[in-house]
Formats: sequence, C-alpha cells, structure tokens
Amino acid sequence: MSRQSLTKAHAKITELSWEPTFATPATRFGTDYTFEKAPKKDPLKQIMRSYFPMEEEKDNRVYGAMDGAIRGNMFRQVQQRWLEWQKLFLSIIPFPEISAARAMPMAIDAVPNPEIHNGLAVQMIDEVRHSTIQMNLKRLYMNNYIDPAGFDMTEKAFANNYAGTIGRQFGEGFITGDAITAANIYLTVVAETAFTNTLFVAMPDEAAANGDYLLPTVFHSVQSDESRHISNGYSILLMALADERNRPLLERDLRYAWWNNHCVVDAAIGTFIEYGTKDRRKDRESYAEMWRRWIYDDYYRSYLLPLEKYGLTIPHDLVEEAWNRITNKGYVHEVARFFATGWPVNYWRIDAMTDKDFEWFEHKYPGWYSKYGKWWENYNRLAYPGRNKPIAFEEVGYQYPHRCWTCMVPALIREDMVVEKVDDQWRTYCSETCYWTDAVAFRGEYDGRPTPNMGRLTGFREWETLHHNKDLADIVQDLGYVRDDGKTLIGQPHLDLDDPKKLWTLDDVRGNTFMSPNVLLNEMSDADREAHVAAYRANGTKPAA
Amino acid sequence: MTETKQRSFPTIEFTDSEAGALEFPSSTSRAYNYYKPAKLRATMYEDVTVDVQPDPERHLSQGWIYGFGDGPGGYPKEWTAAKSSNWHAFLDPNEEWNQTIYRNNSAIVRQVDLGLQNAKRARAYDAWNPAWLTFIERNLGAWMHAENGLALHVFTSIQRSGPTNMINTAVAVNAAHKMRFAQDLALFNLDLSEADVPFDGAAHQEVWKSAPEWQPTREAVERLTAVGDWCELLFATNIVFEQLVGSLFRTELVMQIAARNGDYITPTIVGTGDLGYTRNLFRLLTRDAEYGEANKALFGEWMATWVPRCLDAAHALQPIWSQPAEKSVTFASSLDAAKQKFRSLLEDLGLDSPKELDQ
Repeated sequence: MSRQSLTKAHAKITELSWEPTFATPATRFGTDYTFEKAPKKDPLKQIMRSYFPMEEEKDNRVYGAMDGAIRGNMFRQVQQRWLEWQKLFLSIIPFPEISAARAMPMAIDAVPNPEIHNGLAVQMIDEVRHSTIQMNLKRLYMNNYIDPAGFDMTEKAFANNYAGTIGRQFGEGFITGDAITAANIYLTVVAETAFTNTLFVAMPDEAAANGDYLLPTVFHSVQSDESRHISNGYSILLMALADERNRPLLERDLRYAWWNNHCVVDAAIGTFIEYGTKDRRKDRESYAEMWRRWIYDDYYRSYLLPLEKYGLTIPHDLVEEAWNRITNKGYVHEVARFFATGWPVNYWRIDAMTDKDFEWFEHKYPGWYSKYGKWWENYNRLAYPGRNKPIAFEEVGYQYPHRCWTCMVPALIREDMVVEKVDDQWRTYCSETCYWTDAVAFRGEYDGRPTPNMGRLTGFREWETLHHNKDLADIVQDLGYVRDDGKTLIGQPHLDLDDPKKLWTLDDVRGNTFMSPNVLLNEMSDADREAHVAAYRANGTKPAA
Repeated sequence: MTETKQRSFPTIEFTDSEAGALEFPSSTSRAYNYYKPAKLRATMYEDVTVDVQPDPERHLSQGWIYGFGDGPGGYPKEWTAAKSSNWHAFLDPNEEWNQTIYRNNSAIVRQVDLGLQNAKRARAYDAWNPAWLTFIERNLGAWMHAENGLALHVFTSIQRSGPTNMINTAVAVNAAHKMRFAQDLALFNLDLSEADVPFDGAAHQEVWKSAPEWQPTREAVERLTAVGDWCELLFATNIVFEQLVGSLFRTELVMQIAARNGDYITPTIVGTGDLGYTRNLFRLLTRDAEYGEANKALFGEWMATWVPRCLDAAHALQPIWSQPAEKSVTFASSLDAAKQKFRSLLEDLGLDSPKELDQ
C-alpha cells in the first residue's frame, strides 16, 4: 500500500469512532493522571489490511528459519552453557508479553484519544503474537536440545521459582495499579523503549555467538514490532505532559519504573550475557559496554534527556547509579553468583567458570578475580555430589543474602542494603530507591495528594518464607524440580550428563535445612538485628576467603 | 599502505547437544508436563497458551505480587458474577495462536482485496441501482461503527479481565477479527466514495449518530460497552446481540439481498464478519457440575436485560428492509430466522428461551 493511500485509509478508519451519548464505556482500571487538557497525539499509523499480511510475512521468515535450524542440525553446535539459561529466560518472557496485551485496555480506559486506541489494540495483537511465538520457540528447544528437563515444566517452574518471581514483576507491573503508571510509563516508556534493546537485540546477538540462531530469529522479529509500541507510549506521554498536575506523578513513575527495570532486567540479562556465553573474545562487548550503547546512549541521552524541554525532571541520579552498580559495584556478577549459589532450587543447569572465563572477566571488569574468582573455583570444586554439600551449605565465605522486598533481587550490594520496619514488618531493600518504592511511591497518598489508583506491593514477597525451616530435598521435591527417575535434580552445578554419578539426587541434598533470612530477621531482638545488619553491610564486598 | 583491522568473530564449536545424543534421567521428557491436554496429545495451541497466565490455584506459589489500590491484582475470579469449578477447561475451539491469527486474517485480507480490485476493474459499482448505493452508504456505513465499537470497547477491553489465558486470548483474537472487519467495511466505503458513482462516503456518520432506525442499535452497543462484568459483556455481545442484531443485519439481510440488487462484492466482505466466538465458554458454564444451575439463572437475568434491548434495536431496523429496490426477504422472515438461530444456540447452551422472543 502506498504512503498516500495508507494516509487516506488511516483517515478513513478514524471515522469509525464516535462520541457516545447513551452510555460511556465502563472504566475498569483507574488512574490518578488527568487528560482533560491533553492535545490529541497521533501515533504511528497502522491499518489491519496491511498489518496482517506484514506480520504473516515476518512469521513465514521465522518459521522457515526454524525448519532450517532443524534440518541443519543447529543443536550440534549450540553451547549448553547458553541454552541452559534459556530455560529460565523463556519461562519468564511469555508472561510479560501476554501481560503487555492485557495492559492495552488499561491505557485505552485512561486516554481519551480514539487514534491511540486503534494503535493500542494493534499492539495487543502483537503481544499475543510475541507470547505464543516465544512459547513455540521454547517448545522447539525442548524437542531438539539434548536436555529437555526444565523446559518440560516451564510454566509451573516460572510460577513457583524465586527467579521466576523476580521476572514476574516485568509482567504484573504492566497490568496492575494506576493504568498510566503500569501500561504507559512502566511498560512502554521504560520497559519497551529502553530495556527491550538489551532483551531482544543484545541478548540474541550473544545467542548467535553461542551457536543458536533461532533466538535472534524470533526476538529480532519481535523487536521489529516494538517501534510501533514505542510510538504509542510516546504519544500518551506527551498527552500526559500537557497537564501540570501530572508532572509529579510522571516523575514518581519514571523513578520507580527506571529503577525497577534496571534491578530486574539488568540482573537477568546481564547474567545470561556474561555468564551464559562461551565467547570470550576480548573485543566482544561486555554487558556493561552493551548497556552503555543501548541504554545510556540510545535511550537516556536520545529519548529521556529531550523530555527535559517539557519541564520534566529526569532521574539522572538513578541512571548514573544504575551504571555505577553495573560497572563499579559488580551488580551482574553478584546476581550470577547468587543464581549459582541457589542451583539446587533452579530448573536449569549452571556451568562453572574456567580460567578462560576468569581472564575475560578480569580484562573487562578489572578486580573481578579478587572478588569472585575464588568463589567460582569453589563452585567448580564442589560441583559433584558425594563428598560435599551444595555450595550454599558449605563454608566458602558467602552469606546467603537478604531479599529486596521491592524488586525481589537480593540485596547483593550489601553496603547499600536498607532495613526498615514497614507495615509492621522488618523489611530489607537492595537500595534507597527500592525502599522509597515500597514506603512512599506505592501508597494511597503521594506528596500530600491522594493517589487511590496507585498499586500496592502484595503477595508472599520473600520466596524463602514459603520454604523456611524445611529440608532442601523436600523443597526441591515440592517444587517439582526432579527428573523423571524420581530422584535426580533438574538443576545441577555443571554440564556433565555423561556420568550418572556426577548428577545430584534428592538423597545428595537431604539433611540441609533452609532458613528464610527475613523470618530470622524478624525474630531477632533489636540489638541482634542491628549487629546482624552491620555485619551484613560490612561483609558484602570483601574478597572471598 | 593502511593496516586493515583484524576481523573478529566467534568460533563455532561442535558440541553434540542434539536430542538423543546421550541417555540420562529426563533425556526423553519432551512434552510440557504441567497441564493435562484435552486429548491424548497436546495441540500447538494448548502448548503455547495454557498456564502462561499464572493462577494461584495452580502453580503460583507466592501469589500476585502487585495489587490494585482497591483490591487484589492478577485476575480475580470476582470480576464476574458467573462461576466455574474450572475456568481452565475452556479452550478456544478455533485454536488461535500466533501463526493462525495472521494466516487466517491475511487470507481474508487477500480475498477481500482481490474482490475489491476485481470490482474496480470491472466497474461493478456502475451497475448498482441508486437505491442499493444508498442502502450501502447508510446502513453498512452505520453498521461498521458497531463492529469497531465492539472490537475496541468490548473485546479489547475485557481481554484483561478473564481468569485464564485461554479466555483472554480467545477474546483478544475476537477483537482482532472484529477490528479488521470494521476497517474492511470502512475501506470498502472509501472505495465506493472514490468510484464514479453517487455515493456519499461521509453519510454514515450522521446515520449512525441520528437516523432513528439506527439509534436503538447504537444505544445497545453503547450500553454494552458500559457493562463492568466481563462475562456479562461477553454473553450479552456474543450470545444475544450478535444473534438478534448482528446476524440479523449481516446474514439475514445483507447476505440475502445483495446479489438480487446486482452486488456480488458486499457479501464477500460481510460474510467474513460472522465469527461465533466463545460460545464454548458458556456451554461449559451452564454444564458446570457445581455452578451450572446458578449460571443458568444468572444468564437468564442477563437475558432479561439484553434480549428486550436487542429486540428493540432489531425492530427499529425494520424500515431498512424496504429501502433496496429488490426486496427479496421481509423483515419478519429475517427476524424469524435470527430468532430461530438464537433459540438453537440457547438450546445448545442448555438455556430456556426468554419469553420476549415469542412476542
């Protein structure tokens, strides 16, 4: 369809909307934002007549590549170190995708602009595409990769795992609470505009370097829909900016959304890229370098900064602190070590790091070896069952961390941990901003004004609470992370499948009692808690013994 | 001579990581094992849809981690008065997922597009009589608003509200089809307004807003969009409105009389608009061992509101049966046919026909 006829067609379909006079659509999802003064902003034009064939063609390319991968025996050259992490990633990501579809009516409810409604409804269908195309990719991995365990229980594992819950924020955050906070600022303005760059572009590049060209095939196809979504989000943002009353809420939501996305996405994708790869070329970009390019330059400098001309205060301090956490505070390395510490309750296997990996990390992150090298050597030493417990229960100079009540990634930069009594409970936070999110932002009042539509943090937020004081073997069994012989664990701290004696079983992990740090914290006297917290903060960043 | 930079690229390594390369526990576990498929072998649709939206009553151990300011988050069952002992039992009989959504809709786009191109080339609109041109201008023009309103403010709206991914995805796909259909009608209207025939492409707006015969239909659509209970909205739209108004207009009128009026184009477009989505959901709800009777009573209450309203809309449309030059069906016969199909559907759902149907 020519540009001229597309413009004409688009103008025609805008005639389909009308101002109702008998009744107005039900408002299911509220917002504290106001759009009374909003000028109508026109998002990217899209009509279904061109949309469906365009997407069908994109699908044909994806499915053609999938057939090609099978015929070409792609799995002969796939790195297991890489594909194991896909058991986690691909268990998480279809939910945020489908949640993005579900978020669209929230934005439609909130924004009085039929032209944007049309764009949002198209986005809804895109998101159904993304969720199901990703579920299908995972199915292909399950069918063709050497070790299907973990893929085979994917959605159950996602729903009962500590890491799955971290990822679940990246979906529930889109569909809950204030409609604009959730469906516009958190989902579109921050998650889609900033972080899909690392999720759907940087990470697939790394997959290709590890022999998997299907992840790039699927995710680049997904990413090609995102520009329309970014356009939807930007249109709504500009409409919101037209009313001064929205400014404090926008600033609140940018701080929350930026920081939560950083905590969650950088934890996961940073780990996959840095610890899931076998590509240790010195000139290969590290996650920090990718982040500088995709997030700092492309998003912060090109998208966020120009918003200042509308009088909006951009969270410069949080952008710089995210960068600081990634480059100077070892955020990604701490998360990777935490995931590896918890291997018995994972549904994927984590490979040990080798001398070649050490060398690369030291080159990219000077000082890495003195902080993390010894621990990974211990991980390697303790990889097989028989003479030792899982590493979490051995003395390797690592204290199991407190979990952040807000972002649910543990407080791994220990000197930054915040401990406060909130809602009559002692809670730990990874950072001041996560504390602020719980104690200040997600409340019914903000900065002296009522915010009844703002969301609340709910649920059993500390995963460990559910399993407090239980035997590790029972926990693993309850979670269902056991292979089809009824005893071998799905998670393993190595990739050796050739010798059954190297595979940990329930019996090998029995006898270790798992304790919840938050339950214990709340049982402490004030003096004990203060001493414990001081020691925790002091302990965190010192090199392992 | 300048030095060229050494190219750097990752090394391919043969890892033998194919299925079957080794035998070990779970090495043959190659099916999603966290749900029971409806038949022995899971379908593609089930594999990519079931349990993607978690449920605290199935595997979700930590519960929903965000809530609304005034209530729980996630997908509360209380968002409808209907009850089910297993909402997850509903599977979309059309089994729509990524590939089928685009294949099916693209096939329709191509069919419609080819028909429209052929019509233009053959100057098919020249042969239409003025009465038929006016009929399409006014009535199909008005109807496309209804389709678009339902797409955006019924189906798109409530695909956030159902308790399972299967329900919400079926409703989202329903929205996609409706939206495409509404736009197809609008673009057909554009084609006609650009053809060298007396056709006012803007007339539809005034007809939809003010023409007396269309106001009860517009009222029914607007009142539908105002319903808060997602299941009532789905029932009232797909079961009641679609039979008594949608099917009455599309199938029992336009599809029956277009050819007699020299129009072979409109039926190829309008014929793609009858969808029949989500009926299975209501069949499951009326047959639910625990809540079936309560649901039947509830649906009876919903029908008491929506059947009279939709019948009012249907009756108000009666004058348009007289507008074409060739009046091959009467309003009475069309309404009888629509009512009959509605009765059959209700019978299939195990619901009594409301008394208003016999009046």
